[in-house]
Amino acid sequence: MKLLVPVKRVVDYNVKVRVKADHTGVETANVKMSMNPFDEIAVEEAVRLKEKGAATEIIAVSAGPSACQEQIRTALAMGADRGILIEHDGLLEPLAVAKLLKAVIAKESPDLVILGKQAIDDDMNATGQMLAALLGWPQGTYASKVEPADGGIKVTREVDGGLERLQLKLPAIVTTDLRLNEPRYASLPNIMKARKKPIETLKPADLGVDVSPRLTVLKVEEPPKRQAGKKVGSVQELVDKLRNEAKVI
Amino acid sequence: MAVLVLADHDGSAVTQPTRSAIAAAGKLGDVTLLVLGPRAAAESAAKVAGVAKVLHTEDALYENGLAEPLAALLVSMAEGYSHLLAPASAAGKNVMPRVAALLDVQVISDIAGVIDADTFVRPIYAGNALATVKSADPKKVITVRAASFDPAAAEGGSAAIEAAPKGEDPGLSNFLGAEIAKSERPELTAAKVVISGGRAMGSAENFHIIESVADKLGAAVGASRAAVDAGYAPNDHQVGQTGKIVAPDLYIAVGISGAIQHLAGMKDSKVIVAINKDEEAPIFSVADYGLVGDLFKVMPEFETEIGKK
Repeated sequence: MKLLVPVKRVVDYNVKVRVKADHTGVETANVKMSMNPFDEIAVEEAVRLKEKGAATEIIAVSAGPSACQEQIRTALAMGADRGILIEHDGLLEPLAVAKLLKAVIAKESPDLVILGKQAIDDDMNATGQMLAALLGWPQGTYASKVEPADGGIKVTREVDGGLERLQLKLPAIVTTDLRLNEPRYASLPNIMKARKKPIETLKPADLGVDVSPRLTVLKVEEPPKRQAGKKVGSVQELVDKLRNEAKVI
Repeated sequence: MAVLVLADHDGSAVTQPTRSAIAAAGKLGDVTLLVLGPRAAAESAAKVAGVAKVLHTEDALYENGLAEPLAALLVSMAEGYSHLLAPASAAGKNVMPRVAALLDVQVISDIAGVIDADTFVRPIYAGNALATVKSADPKKVITVRAASFDPAAAEGGSAAIEAAPKGEDPGLSNFLGAEIAKSERPELTAAKVVISGGRAMGSAENFHIIESVADKLGAAVGASRAAVDAGYAPNDHQVGQTGKIVAPDLYIAVGISGAIQHLAGMKDSKVIVAINKDEEAPIFSVADYGLVGDLFKVMPEFETEIGKK
């Protein structure tokens, strides 16, 4: 089974983002960038499938500026075999990314694509589902367990209220949720080895994809700030305030 | 303009987040609600204020909410509608991007505001920024953040119920089964009171301290990502950027430090209470009432105190 793992370069999980003064977006200059955490889970799952002998090759793909090579290198250090960078400097929406990935998939013919359920920058939660739609493939979103079974895959999904299990035909799309696995840290020898693994660079035009955004960002603002309230000295005081001041219990 | 809303329901009534999506849809045009499942759900849906028409089918193809046939059905119905909406529930978030891609439009996820027919406000970066976006697509496919729209009233409407069209089965996936936790407590995103525990709870067993307070208050139980990661609480209890977004009248955070990803999921609550032994914990910066103390001492006292009238 050949696996494709798309990875996104995003502002690091621990960075407190700041809205730009001109309200055109958030400050990303001189900010630490990392692989989207859910995509790390996707890479880890792919590597585990390979280690179990269920997968033969893992291709890590990223779309964005040339600096996305860093995230591809991270995936290679975790155990992916080779990388593809689709270089583009402007904004890429999930629909455009899905179209780019579809074009790469047409060349590479993977059996399974594993990607994060959501990127922590635009919080769209869309690329996997959109890619599945464009390919006419089944989707197993918010996966907490993935098992090859009966010529397809069995996916356990995190849904409202609990879990559900689906059997998907291959090829298929899986998006990862938190509990699927705990991603490994790449070891130093593996980071060194990753430097020698190949990364192919393509442009959207090479793939014949129009990536023009469909959404125009009119403005980006800070949400209204919540004021810190008061500290209470005792449980009695707290319950009294909730009953008689806030009137919520 | 005509707007199609995909309903979530529990077999007998549409969910509160669906009624929030109906409220958002009402700002855009006449609302048609698509209800897939028992007739009783369609009948109660027809009474929701602001619903002009209910389309209903009991076709077993949609019984388990599989994304592939459901998206195909929505796409087959899309022609008569300017906007297709669903609540940003696990089901809505699963299917709507698939619908959007099939229509060659960019989905607009988790909207928190409607400016006009093309322009919407949505949170990005875990709610640390609000983006106002204008769509150039001919049709808009949208999921709605329930916490940002007051739900349409469950009673007051009298919509006609008509048969939904019959859709194709792409035959790509099969439903094997589900383990849905049975709970007497209200659903997290619909509860008036939510009480959540963090890593400081220390174990899954200790969550009973919170659960027994929740039962006294008629509250839903939530958890921080740290508590979920540690295995103390199930994932669907997670409140935050990548979990549930809640805005109850009262949110009680117990032993939760208040990482930005958690605040993203609850900071629109009307009243926030923080109970934490670290007085520097960031959660206190958003709390209306803060109590510094050991939760294992405070919570039993709290339970006794709310029991007194």
